Parts: sequence; C-alpha cells; structure tokens
Amino acid sequence: MARRIPRPFVLGLVAGAAAAVFAYACRTTGPRGVLDGDVASRVYVAPGEHDEFYAFLSGGFSGQVTVYGLPSGRLLKIIPVFSQHPENGWGYSEETKPMLETSFGLVPWDDAHHPQLSKTNGVPDGRWLFINANNTPRIARISLATFETEEIIEIPQSAGNHASPFVTPNSEYVVASTRFSVPVPQRDISIDEYKAAFKGTISFIRADRPGEMDIAFQLLVPGYNYDLAHAGKGPSYGWAFFTTYNTEQANTLLEINASQRDKDFVAAVNWRRAEECVAQGRGRNVPVTYVHNYLGEERVARSERKRGVRVLEPADCDGMIYYLPTPKSPHGVDVDPSGEYIVAGGKLATVIPVHSFSKMLAAIEARDFEGEAEGIPVLRYEAVLAGEVQTPGLGPLHTEFDGKGYAYTSAFLSSEIVKWKLGTWEVVDRIPTYYSIGHLMIPGGDSEKPWGKYVVALNKITKDRYLPTGPELAHAAQLIDISGERMKLLLDFPTLGEPHYAQALPAELIKDKVVRIYDIQRNRHPYATLTEADARVERRGGTVHVYMTAIRSHFSPDIIEGIRVGDTVKFHVTNLEQDWDVPHGFAAMGVPNAELLIMPGETKTLTWVPQQPGVYPFYCTDFCSALHQEMQGYVRVSPAGANVPLTSNGAGQSKVLASGGGR
Amino acid sequence: MTTRRPPLVSGGEGAAPEGAPPSAPVVVRTAATQMRLWIVSAAGAAPDRLGPGARIAVAIAALALLAVLVLPLWRIDLEAPQYPEGLGMEIRVNTIVGVKPNDLNNINNLNHYIGMKVIRPEDFPELRFMPLIVAGLSAMGLVVAATGRRRLLYAWAALLVLCALAGLADFYRWSYDYGHNLDHERAIIKVPGMTYQPPLIGSKQLLNFRAHSWPGSGGWIAIAAGGLVTLVAGRELVRTRWARRVAEAA
Repeated sequence: MARRIPRPFVLGLVAGAAAAVFAYACRTTGPRGVLDGDVASRVYVAPGEHDEFYAFLSGGFSGQVTVYGLPSGRLLKIIPVFSQHPENGWGYSEETKPMLETSFGLVPWDDAHHPQLSKTNGVPDGRWLFINANNTPRIARISLATFETEEIIEIPQSAGNHASPFVTPNSEYVVASTRFSVPVPQRDISIDEYKAAFKGTISFIRADRPGEMDIAFQLLVPGYNYDLAHAGKGPSYGWAFFTTYNTEQANTLLEINASQRDKDFVAAVNWRRAEECVAQGRGRNVPVTYVHNYLGEERVARSERKRGVRVLEPADCDGMIYYLPTPKSPHGVDVDPSGEYIVAGGKLATVIPVHSFSKMLAAIEARDFEGEAEGIPVLRYEAVLAGEVQTPGLGPLHTEFDGKGYAYTSAFLSSEIVKWKLGTWEVVDRIPTYYSIGHLMIPGGDSEKPWGKYVVALNKITKDRYLPTGPELAHAAQLIDISGERMKLLLDFPTLGEPHYAQALPAELIKDKVVRIYDIQRNRHPYATLTEADARVERRGGTVHVYMTAIRSHFSPDIIEGIRVGDTVKFHVTNLEQDWDVPHGFAAMGVPNAELLIMPGETKTLTWVPQQPGVYPFYCTDFCSALHQEMQGYVRVSPAGANVPLTSNGAGQSKVLASGGGR
Repeated sequence: MTTRRPPLVSGGEGAAPEGAPPSAPVVVRTAATQMRLWIVSAAGAAPDRLGPGARIAVAIAALALLAVLVLPLWRIDLEAPQYPEGLGMEIRVNTIVGVKPNDLNNINNLNHYIGMKVIRPEDFPELRFMPLIVAGLSAMGLVVAATGRRRLLYAWAALLVLCALAGLADFYRWSYDYGHNLDHERAIIKVPGMTYQPPLIGSKQLLNFRAHSWPGSGGWIAIAAGGLVTLVAGRELVRTRWARRVAEAA
C-alpha cells in the first residue's frame, strides 16, 4: 500500500516545479548583451600601429587627465593637472609647485570634471585642453604639444566650479560658475541667511592668449546651483547656456529640498552683450584676490596674485541674461551642431526638453515672459520649447551629437544610451551601458562638426565588469560604434579616477606637432647647467645649490661633500640628452619629497633639508641605458657646524658665495 | 482493504498481476489516466475513515508545512542594470529579510527616492502570530492523519485554502499600502501617476527596476502541501459519493 502514496505528492511537486521553471523563464534576461560580428577587429590596433583618435578623459577625483587611444582603449598617458603626482614630481619640484598655488595656499588635490578642447570656428583645433577644478575653483590649460599643464587660473567669488570650463567657438572664453552659491563677498555669516546673502556667479575667462588667462567679467546671479554649461554656436554664437537647480534655494538636504519645483532654469547668457556693457564701463570692480599660475618659456612656473574682478549684475546690463524654464533639476545642457537646439537633461524628468534658439530670440523680442527671478526675465516654457523627447530613458543627463542629425543621450537610472532624431524627437535606438552612465562622448560631439564614428560611455558603477580588485574598482568605459543605424558595443575598458567627461579628436590634428625633446639651446632655466663643464656646487648662506647634469649613464657631480644638517639643498638637475624618449630620474635616500623626472633638455629642482649626518646615495630612477644601474652618486651630510669644506667632483668651480647657515 | 492497486504501467488490456514484471512495451500512463484509476480504486473504502495512504499523505503535508517556519514564504527580486549581483527581499513567516545580508537596507535606501515608507519587520503585526498559525495548521493536519476523520480533513483543507487566500490578500494590502501611500513631500523622484506596488505574483517594471514577485522555497513547499491536501480531500469527496452511489444501487 505504501507505494500508493507518492503519486499525488509527486504530482504536487511536479506542479510546483513547473511553476518555478515558468517563473524563472519569465525573468528578463541579464544585462550582458551578446557581441555580434567581427567586433575584435574593429578595436584591434596592430602592434606598432596608432589609434585613430586621441581621447582625453578627466580623472574626476584623481584631479588629473588621462589620455587614451581610440578605438583600442589603450592608456597613453596621465597628465597631472590639479593633484600632486610623485611619479614625475608634479607639484613637488620647485618648477611645478607654483602651479598648485591658490589664494588658500598650495592645494595638492582637486576634482577635475570637464575636459574641453580649444576650438576654432566651433571645431576642435588641437591646440589646448582646458579642464576645471571643482573643489577649489580653478581652470587649467594643457598644451597639446607637450601634454603638460601650462596655466591655471583661480576663479574668485566661486565655489564648486562645476559648470566649467565650456569653451566658446573660438576659445575666446572658457566659463566658470558656482555649483555652490556662497556669500558674496565671502564673510563669516550664518548659513541660515542663504536666501538673502548667498549668490551665484558666472565667470567668463579669457582663454585664447597663453599666459594671459584672466577673469574678463563675472555675472552676479541668484543663489541657485549652476550645474553645467555649453556655449552657443552658429546662429547662437555669442550666447552661453547654463543649467540651474535648487531654484528652491535650499541650504540643507538638497536631495529633497531642491527637488520640489516642477521646473528650474536654463540660464541663457548673451556674452557679447556683457562685453559691450563692460566696454561701456558698467558694473563695478570688486577687489577680490585670486591666483594665476603659468609655466612659461623658461619652464619654471610663476604664481602671481591678481586683484579685482569686473562684476555685472543683471540690472547693470539689460538683455544680458534670461531664464528658460526647464523641467526637474536639469543637469546637462548641450547645443546641437547647428546651434539651434538647446537640449537639457533633467535628472528627474520623464522627457528631454529641447529649447529652440530662434524661438528664444522671438520670445525675447516679444517680451513673452512668465515672470522675473531677481531681475532676470523668465521666458515662457511653451514659447521657447522646440519639442520634447518622450520616453528617453530614466534619468537623462547629457547629450552629444553625431553630425548626422541624431542626438545621443545618457540615462543614468536606466543605464543606457538613447539615440533620437533632432527635429522629430523620436527615439530610434537604445543600448545598455555598464553601469549607470554619466557623461558620454562622441569625438567632437559637442562641436559644430562631430566625427560621429564612436560614442564612449563614461560610467559611474563597475561591479562585475572586470576581475574584482577589492572594494575599490576602476570605473568603466565602453566604446560603442555609431557609424551604422544601430549602436553596437565594441569594447569595455577600465579607467583611472572617475572618467567624468571626455573629449576626443582625430590623432592627425595633434600627433605631428607633439614635442619630443626640449631644445637645450633654448633652456632659459635660471639654474640650468648646460654643459658638464659647469657642473658644480655653490653655497649661499644656508642654501646649497647643486648644479647637476645627467646624461647616459652618469650624473655630474656624483660626489658632493660639505653639506651640513639644517642646510637647504637644491638639486638642479639638467638632462643633457637631446634624444627622443631618454628622460632621467633623480631620487636620494630619505628625502621627504618625490623624485624628479627630467625630460631631455629640461632642468628640474628638488629641495631637501637633511636632518641627520650620513652618506646618502642618489640614483637615476628612469631606466635610461644599459648602464642605468651605474648611474648613481653620493652626498655626504655632516653635523651642523662641521668644518668639512664644500666640494664636488663636478668640472665647474664649486664656491662658497656666503658662508653660514646650519650653524 | 482488499481493493487492488491499479497498475502503474499498462501492458495491454488486462492488468498485470500484482508484483509481476510489466510486459513490454512499457507505456507510462498519462497523469489524468493515473488519477482516474487512483480515484476509482478508492471507491470501496470505509465510509467515514481515511485510508492509510491518504493519512500518510496528510501527515506528510502537515509536516511539510513546517518548512515555512525556516524557509522563505515569498520573495521579491529587483532587477536593474546596476545590480548585476541581484537585489531582493524574502518574506518569512516571522520576519522580512534581504536575500543578501544588506539587501533590505539597500532596498529601503533606494525607496527613499520615491518616498516609500521604510520596510521594517516590526511594522507587520502578522509576523508575530503567523508562526503560531502555521504550527497550528500543521498540528491540525497531524490530528487529521492520526484520527483519519474524513470531515476533519475537509475542515483542515478548507482552513488551509482560507489561510492561503487570507495571506495573499494581506500581502496585497501591504504592498498596495507601501506602493501607493508615498511621502510626496519628501519624495525626490515624482513621476505623475506612478505607483510602486510590486505585482502580487509575476513581474512588473517599476522605473529602472523590474520587480519579480514569486513564492519562496517555503512558499513552494506550502503550495505543494496544500495541493496534496486538496487532492486527497477531493479524492475523498469523489470516492465517498461513488461509494454512496454503489450502496444505493445495491
């Protein structure tokens, strides 16, 4: 009889199992798409071959810029910008420390978000790359001949320099603005007085004259959060657009309190009108101090304090600024290649609103305003709207263009790129990204003539994309082909820091202009040692200058005596090489400083205050030659007050210009 | 207890004698045929007592019910691109927990964007007495198995179905409450007309998450046990009716 029991039970189990299988089958398939076709060959750059594009990715919280080749996704270089970089002594050597000076002193780190290529006639020209520092407001200019940061300007009366440094079509200006409104002028004040005393500023920084970056003028605007920007182009040349959120003017728990209003604004700034007003002497000069750092011809950075900035209020200059109502805490604001459409991504919005520049001008002409915000006319939403993209993905943030009539918008929450058609506003394609995309980048995709071949997804979350590396993971980027009708995933590569935004341009625009060595004949460094015959040591009071040369495979001098505890020792090392790719490094034991990495023809200085007597070896850190391991020397440090004479085996004459120090 | 067990396999027209090896070709009967034969075979049973087979089945079902004391009753999985590792919660008979250790906290943290109340096990009074109900139902099943009382079986089966329906209704009520009664003041993402009730059973897209609501392992065992009890009770109903008909005909 017992054999009879199992049957109904089995039937029940079978029913249950069937339902479970059904349930499992109902789950949507996982996010890993299957690559089709010959994808590998699309991103394969054969050994010895070069990539088609240079891509410049911001390092986000690393404070630097990384250079990648596309389509291979190979890392080519880290360009130190706002953060010290012990690898090559950036921010440690005497030549580069001034680059990190601010009105707050030397700030060794920042958060770099938006690289911007310089442009001529609205198209990237391969001269410079600009990038913003978010935390201590600054903008840097990087040379694309040396791939080195050459100039950094601090932005006064600002905080959270996020909507920056978007460039105007001929690099006349780069812009800066306040993500955090702050008391203007800065002062000790209760934070509860936010609405009354906190202001935003929008700055225009002259950018097309190396060494002369300066705040041209600054607009004092209501105390909202100014988030992102892009300059107008073509018909909208002369204008720049900035998104705002927190028009609620909350000063706490913005997550909730700044998400209350249905619409915030895109600020449309007529910068040519502002120029006119400045030329007429309108506005006022505010005596604020800010710092300008420049690494000029002699390759020694100088830091200068500047004072005073021209400030315009909306009332000073009618027609200078308008607000365009834009749904739900807009984030990105992007102008299409024609210059007519202004696309705003509302991070909490369910549509992408697209404003029309021509309708905006007509509405201004007709004074079609729905109100005013602290003296700034607010245009009517319907009067300026060109159209809305429906179901654009959740959390639309940023839009780039392919130059073929399509726009590509990143959607953070639904983790995808959505392709849609300008003019009809219909979504035509979408592709998942891994995971939670922020910015996206098409080479030249924010310019008048995009090279619409690839889009790069710059993601915030990585999780399982690569082999795990502990809790801290590299951020992920994906290269997606956009040359066809459908987007196609080609490559997934890890990045450094946070690849917040990026720019790219064809390699041809740069690669033949790139500097290979610095001409030693043109070395104007005040402590350069141009031949070994001049290698020497000199004491000037408590400071000992070591005029040192480096050439394969020795330093000169390589024996130094007569240094005393408490002296300040400055190693000025000149790399005498005039051969491509032969840098020398310099490091000495116990020096609480970084190394120097000296390019051919260049002079770099390392400062050291020895603390204890002894003999200290130094050596070349960059494997330079077959006898690299022989490239070394010794420094003898004697007690303070010792009588060991200052000598070296350098061919030049060592001398004591003023004794003393260390006693 | 002289009724003959129907053959598990058919070997032509005549049933094979008990214990004899089935003759070829062996054809497994369909479930429907099996069930019909099984019910017919029970037609001669005693009028108010369950057969031993039914009693063992009832005992198994009653004991199987105890599985929900340790295994999850229901499971809600959330699927989104940025959660390749999965995210989900389990409704257990006495608590609500994440599928992975921090899942419930993470779900609550995500829910704050849409203004959903925090899901806290202590806010559900049912979770305090549900283990007792389950234990009671199981005990009652064991009593049914021990006594073999047919009417008690019917009562138990009815109670099981009732409890299951009440449980589902309760689940629906809570999920409706959490999905609809949002804090609009504090909600960060406000999509007009959007509510966030997970489906009672099945899958549904809720913004960037696809929510899957299905019984958990304990739930499936309970469903199987309930199915078994329903089958046994149904069989008893049918066969007593047939027995009565046979008696009347006699």
